[in-house]
Amino acid sequence: MTAALLFEQFLNGLQFGLMLFLMSAGLTLVFGVMGLINLAHGSLFMIGAFFCAAAAGLTGNFWLGLAAGMAAAAAAGALIEMTVLRRLYSRDHLDQVLATYALILILSEGTKILFGPFPLYLDVPPLLTGTVNLGLTEYPLYRLALIGFGLLVAVGLWFLIARTRLGVRIRAGENDREMIAALGVNIRALYTVVFALGAGLAGMAGALVGAVQSVQVGMGEPVLILAFVVIVIGGIGSIRGAMVGALMVGIIDTMGRFLLPRIFATFMEVNQASGVGAALASMLIYLLMALVLVIKPKGLFPIHG
Amino acid sequence: MADIKREYALNALLALGLLLVPIWALYNGAPFTITLFTRIAILALAGIGLNIALGLGGMVSFGHAVYFGLGGYVAGILAQHAFNGAPILGLPGTNQMLIIWPVAMVLSGLLAAVIGAFSLRTSGIFFIMITLAFAQMVYYFAVSWPAYGGEDGLPIYVRNQFPGLNTMRPFELFIVCWGVLMLALGVFALIRASRFGAALMAIRQNPDRVASLGINPFGVKLAAFVISGMITGLAGALMADLSRFASPAAMAWTMSGELIVIIILGGTGRLFGPVAGAAFLVGFEVFFGGLTEHWKLWLGLVLLAAVLFNRGGIVALIAGRERLG
Amino acid sequence: MTLHKTLLAGASALALSTGAAMADPVTVGLITTLSGGGAGLGVDIRDGFQLALDMAGTDAIHLVVEDDGQRPEAAVQIADRMIQSEGAQILTGIVWSNLAMAVVPAVTAQDVIYISPNAGPSALAGAGCTPNYFNAAYQNDTMHEAAGEYANTLGYQNAFIMAPNYPAGVDALTGFKRFFQGELAGEVYTQLGQTDFAAEIAQIRASGADSIFIFEPGGMGISFMRQYAQSGVDLPIISAAFTFSQDVLPAVGDAALGVINTAEWSPDMDNEANTAFVAGFQEAYDRLPSVYAAQAFDTANLILSALNAADISDLDAFRAALRAADFDAVRGEFAFGNNQHPIQNYYAREVVSVDGVLTNRIVGTAFENHQDVYAADCGME
Repeated sequence: MTAALLFEQFLNGLQFGLMLFLMSAGLTLVFGVMGLINLAHGSLFMIGAFFCAAAAGLTGNFWLGLAAGMAAAAAAGALIEMTVLRRLYSRDHLDQVLATYALILILSEGTKILFGPFPLYLDVPPLLTGTVNLGLTEYPLYRLALIGFGLLVAVGLWFLIARTRLGVRIRAGENDREMIAALGVNIRALYTVVFALGAGLAGMAGALVGAVQSVQVGMGEPVLILAFVVIVIGGIGSIRGAMVGALMVGIIDTMGRFLLPRIFATFMEVNQASGVGAALASMLIYLLMALVLVIKPKGLFPIHG
Repeated sequence: MADIKREYALNALLALGLLLVPIWALYNGAPFTITLFTRIAILALAGIGLNIALGLGGMVSFGHAVYFGLGGYVAGILAQHAFNGAPILGLPGTNQMLIIWPVAMVLSGLLAAVIGAFSLRTSGIFFIMITLAFAQMVYYFAVSWPAYGGEDGLPIYVRNQFPGLNTMRPFELFIVCWGVLMLALGVFALIRASRFGAALMAIRQNPDRVASLGINPFGVKLAAFVISGMITGLAGALMADLSRFASPAAMAWTMSGELIVIIILGGTGRLFGPVAGAAFLVGFEVFFGGLTEHWKLWLGLVLLAAVLFNRGGIVALIAGRERLG
Repeated sequence: MTLHKTLLAGASALALSTGAAMADPVTVGLITTLSGGGAGLGVDIRDGFQLALDMAGTDAIHLVVEDDGQRPEAAVQIADRMIQSEGAQILTGIVWSNLAMAVVPAVTAQDVIYISPNAGPSALAGAGCTPNYFNAAYQNDTMHEAAGEYANTLGYQNAFIMAPNYPAGVDALTGFKRFFQGELAGEVYTQLGQTDFAAEIAQIRASGADSIFIFEPGGMGISFMRQYAQSGVDLPIISAAFTFSQDVLPAVGDAALGVINTAEWSPDMDNEANTAFVAGFQEAYDRLPSVYAAQAFDTANLILSALNAADISDLDAFRAALRAADFDAVRGEFAFGNNQHPIQNYYAREVVSVDGVLTNRIVGTAFENHQDVYAADCGME
């Protein structure tokens, strides 16, 4: 095993983690501000990917597709917030789980009716194809760009929340709902905006990842479960926690898949070791989550007390 | 306000209807109807298990499919060892339901004790997510573990036996499941009426006050969680026999979602809630699944309507809502 | 699509009446995946089967189609219903091995014929073979064995091999290794449903391999190929048909160009039955058929040929008629072995672009009249 390979795997983990952050940021924001647990967040990821693929296919331009994907996911998010989810903020988590589970069924089947049962094609934009030489190793330019995107969005989100008026309201909303309503902020509009923002981020992740992945119905659920692992580790409601959790999950998952089979191969037959190692690697992040919750039952960065 | 008389009438109707329709089907040569009602009874049983944790104890487990799947594997693995004569952990396999059931329940209970001991340190959304994570962990293990079929699952060539009955006949298997369901309903009613049940429900409402009375909320909740896992595990063993197949698909997170759907659609915490929910879900799937390949869209819409407009589920629709929230 | 009567009534009369006389159509139940991520394969199986019936212009078969949603327990329940309440005497349609493993033993025990249009798990081909189970597609290992054999032909010496960590994935690598004579530069199991392959591609880059064998069906293969194309690693890929079949090729895109993949059929096969099938499929559905559609088309014609030769009420005669496989398969020569799995040729196909549409064309033959290894363990003669 060489330093080059380890370095490349580290970059892979970083990139995977940053994409998970895009997914998790919206999820954790919605929970922090509205107290809503949204299982349909993965469906918004899927909507972003499908609309990006369709628009890129029609126009031949990935960036128009990306815009379309984000817009579609944000619009879909705003729509379900206004028609369904806003009635659920005062309910318990159980009702929220069930209603958003129902939304998964509706959005998945609806996407299939709209786009058909076959996976769609979406390619990396020509500007970002190929590889770059990073000294130690060749690395795909598109993945490098994804790392850049992820960092950029993280900084933008930090700026939005720490430095803008909308951010002040969001932070106020996390701490005391009655208070900001009393201050004359239109809380309904604020909620819709926050939800659409989270949905747009999920759609962006779907569109970006869709270029190097299969754009198909059901693509949102595996990443949804990972995003939940991320925000639970990080502390639900905390953007900073989502960032730390996403990077931990991304890097540990990538490194586990890479290293565990090699570790087992030192004392087992190779084909057995790769099977056992892969099985353990797939359980690793859930073990991590259990461990974190045993030590800190409210995650690494709890927001309320 | 709950109307006790109407709820009794509804319960009696469900219990008897669940028995009488298959009897009718037996004499009118409609074996599939019997199979369908067996499925309803088993899913309702799994739901009763979850209803103890979720309905009475307020513990929203999003990973109960793991016990359902484990029960199935116990039935499948013991049957396989009985079939090929190879011992398992030094003991012979068996195809006797009366041995398989306790084993399935004990193992499910142990797993629930381990998962519960970790998960119950958290609450709210953290609890929902950590139970999901544990179930996913076991699911991935089952998918990739080659000894018992991995993702392909494990066929049960001949259904496991119940003394005096031929379980390969749909009606005789149904009677077994119906009987177990009635027993489980009895257990649920007993728990709800007991001091233990009262403590459990009181903890859901106000854990601090219960603790001040000298009761350990953690212990009560863990005990309820274990009983809950045991009943759902038993249902899993029966389902494996009905399908003649055990598989990791029974542990998938969608199955956990389905169990929650059954409870809420039927009526959370209500005695016959899971029965009503299971009957509705199975009926819906069979009827609309035959009409359109987009039936899941309609199921989603119905679920959504149920959450938004009919809080309390089917039982509440007919017998009114319970006063306890 | 079937319209069920009510749940409770009406079913029994139907069950008793079918199969009573030659003139009555035989009910064939087609259980396949029409919803969720794997729906593309099921849609192709349904459409291929239906096309065969339409082209034959026959009313000998009453076809009942149902969606299993890729869930084993749903498939079992549908099979029970089709047999018990709709009187189906033949079942077919299942895409996935794990669903086939759930349904086939339960169905064949009730003296209902099951004919597989796709999955061929080893457990049903060897000691678990049974007279009521026919496989009109392939035994799972054989596709990968063909890839291993053709890798020798191509002169590959040092292959990196990769598959998801589940039984079909383990079978795939075993099948490849059974015939590949070179060295292995690496052997990696990925997670089922994995979407990011960066970690595996990095290992391929560092492995010093001269070729890659992959089995990553469905969305996993699409993801892998897209990411591989961007990785700058440029080793030749060999695979079984699944990742490079017509249902996913448009989604994989140009990344698939030049990939060698093995299958028992290809759209460019030059025989009368196939020419008619490909043209008919394009006309009816406005797309090229996949290997799944071809297998379903052959399955339907196999059933029709047997119904022509024997009455299904005489099950022994009907099974003998099926075993004779007296029909014009779109894949050319087709015969059943003792375990009622095909003995057939396997071809190496290359992904090419014809008028801007990605498709496969045959570039060589991996095996002639190849039979799976499990047949030896099957007790049937």
